[in-house]
Amino acid sequence: MEKNLPEIAKRVRKEILGMVFEAGSGHIAGSFSSTDILVSLYFGDILEKKDKFVLSAGHYCPAYYSVLAEADMIPKKELKTLRSLGSRLQGHPHNLGLPGIVLTSSGPLGQGLSQAAGLALAAKMDPSASTSAMSSVPNGSRQAKFRVYCLMSDAEQQEGQIWEAAMFSAKYKLDNLVGIIDKNGIQIDGTTEEIMPLGDLGAKYLSFGWETMEIDGHNFGQILDALETSKHISDKPTVIIARTIPGKGVSFMEGKWQWHVGAPTKKELEKALKELK
Amino acid sequence: MKKEILKSTRDGFGEAILELGKKDKNIVVVDADLKESLRVSAFAEKFPERFIEVGVAEQNLIGVAAGLALFGKTVFTTSFACFTPAICWNNIRISVCYSKANVKIVGSHGGIATGADGASHQAIEDLALMRVLPEMVVLAPADFSQAKELTRLAAKHKGPVYLRLTRPATPLITSYRSPLTKIGGSQILRTGENLTIIGCGPILTEALKAAENLDAEVINCYSLKPIDKKTIINSVRKTGKVITIEDHSIYGGLGSAIAEILAQEYPVPVKILGIKDTFGESARDHRQLWQKYGISKETILKEAEKMLR
Repeated sequence: MEKNLPEIAKRVRKEILGMVFEAGSGHIAGSFSSTDILVSLYFGDILEKKDKFVLSAGHYCPAYYSVLAEADMIPKKELKTLRSLGSRLQGHPHNLGLPGIVLTSSGPLGQGLSQAAGLALAAKMDPSASTSAMSSVPNGSRQAKFRVYCLMSDAEQQEGQIWEAAMFSAKYKLDNLVGIIDKNGIQIDGTTEEIMPLGDLGAKYLSFGWETMEIDGHNFGQILDALETSKHISDKPTVIIARTIPGKGVSFMEGKWQWHVGAPTKKELEKALKELK
Repeated sequence: MKKEILKSTRDGFGEAILELGKKDKNIVVVDADLKESLRVSAFAEKFPERFIEVGVAEQNLIGVAAGLALFGKTVFTTSFACFTPAICWNNIRISVCYSKANVKIVGSHGGIATGADGASHQAIEDLALMRVLPEMVVLAPADFSQAKELTRLAAKHKGPVYLRLTRPATPLITSYRSPLTKIGGSQILRTGENLTIIGCGPILTEALKAAENLDAEVINCYSLKPIDKKTIINSVRKTGKVITIEDHSIYGGLGSAIAEILAQEYPVPVKILGIKDTFGESARDHRQLWQKYGISKETILKEAEKMLR
C-alpha cells in the first residue's frame, strides 16, 4: 500500500511538538532529525512481521511514540500523557510499560546496540543443534528468523560499549542487524565536533567489519534504498549513517544544539505548528 | 581421620550448568573470556551453539545477554565478581533489572579469598552493588553442592539473579538432609542458645569452627535478597545477640542486610564482621587473608567473648 511518507512525517513532527509542550520537557532536536528515518522504517514497507526495532537513543522517544501512534499501536490521545505520573509513555522508554510494543528499555546511551546484537543472535540460534563441530561462529551463516533495526544517535558513538557491540556483531556475522545512526552533529552541550569529535564514522565501522552506507537522512528515497539494500548483505552487519539536521522541519529550530532538550513556549509552539501545516 | 573433601563453588556451578544445558535447550551462556575459570568449558564444548564469547567486554556482555533474554532465552553470564557487576553496573541496572530480563549474572572469585591475584581481583563490594538493585535476587552458596542447587534455582527463577561464587576449593558444609534450599530461604547449620552467627559463602567454615567453642546458632544466609527474615528473627528472639560474617566489605552486604532488619523490627546487639573498608592484597593461601583481615574463627571468638560478657 502506497503511503505518503512526507505527510506522515509532518503529522509526527506536529505530535512531537504537542506532546513535548504538554509535558514541559523532552528532546525535540533529535526527535525531529530522526523522524524521516522512523517514518521510512515503519511505513515504507521495510519491516516484516517478526522484525524488531531497538531505540538505543532513548531520548528520541517522542518521535518513537508518535510513530507508534501513527501505526495504531498506541492510541493517539495517549501521546499527551508523555512524562506524566502513571503514563505508559515514560521520559525514556520502559519496555515493561508497553509490553509487546516496545522491546527494550533505554536512556543511558550505548546500551541498545548490544541488546540489538543479542536479539539478532537469538534470531539465528538453532537450539536443537547440540553437537555440531566446534567453530568460532557456530550460528554465523544460518538464515535468521527476523531482522533487527537499531536507531542510535551520533554522540552515542562516544560510548565505548558501542564499539564492543560493533566488534561482537562482526564476529557473529550478524547480517540481520542494521544499525542506523542519526548523525545530526549535536549533543546536549554543543556540537559533536566541539564536545568530542567523532572522526570518520563510516571508516570506523568499515574497519570494524561492517557494511557501511552514508545517506541524506531526510531523503526518503535514499533511506528506503539503504534499508532495502541492507537486506541483501551477507555475513556482516550493516550501519546506515544518516546525515540529518537537528530540529529539521521547523526553521527556527534547525541546526541548533540548544533544541536538543527543552519544551517550546506557547508562542514558539504556535509558530512551529504554522510551519508544519 | 577422614580426609576432608574440598571442592569449589565454581566447580558446583560448572557441573550444574552442564546438566541444565542438557535438559533445557533455552539455556545460553555468555562469557567474557573466563570460561575456564568459571568452569564452563565443558558447556562450551558440548553446546557450541549456545555458548557465546564476547571477549573482554563486560558492558557488551550484559547487553547481549539482555537481548538474548528478551527473546526468551535463559541466560547465564560468566565473569569474575570484580568485573560483573563492577564494570557494567549500569548495564545491569537498565538493560537487565529495569527490563526484568531473565539474565543470571555469575560472579566468581568473590571476596579476598581470591588470593594471589591481589586487590583488583578481590570483589568485596559486589553483594552491596547487587543488593541495591530492584528486581535482583542475590545468592551466595556456601559450598559446592549448594552452588549446584542455587544454579538450578537461578535457572528456574524468572528474572535477574546474581550468583556469587568463590575461587578456592573449600569444605562441604551444607548437609544433604538440610531444609529445602529456596530463593528467600536460609539454613541453620548448627543450633545454639547464646549467640546467633549469620554468614554467607565458604567463610561459614570459620563460623562453624568458632561455634565448636560456643553455644552458638550458625545460620547460612545463602539468599541475601530476598532474605529469610522469619528464621533470622526467630533465632535472634532466642539468643538476643548476633555476629554476622562475610568475605565482603562491612558496608552494604550481609551484615547490613541483617542490621537493616533487626534495627527496624527486633533491635539487639549486632557485630558485623567483614573487610573493614580497605582493599585486600595478594597472598598464596586464602586462609592467611581471612586471618589478617579479621574474618576468621579467632575474630569470631574474640567478638563472641565481648558480647557474652
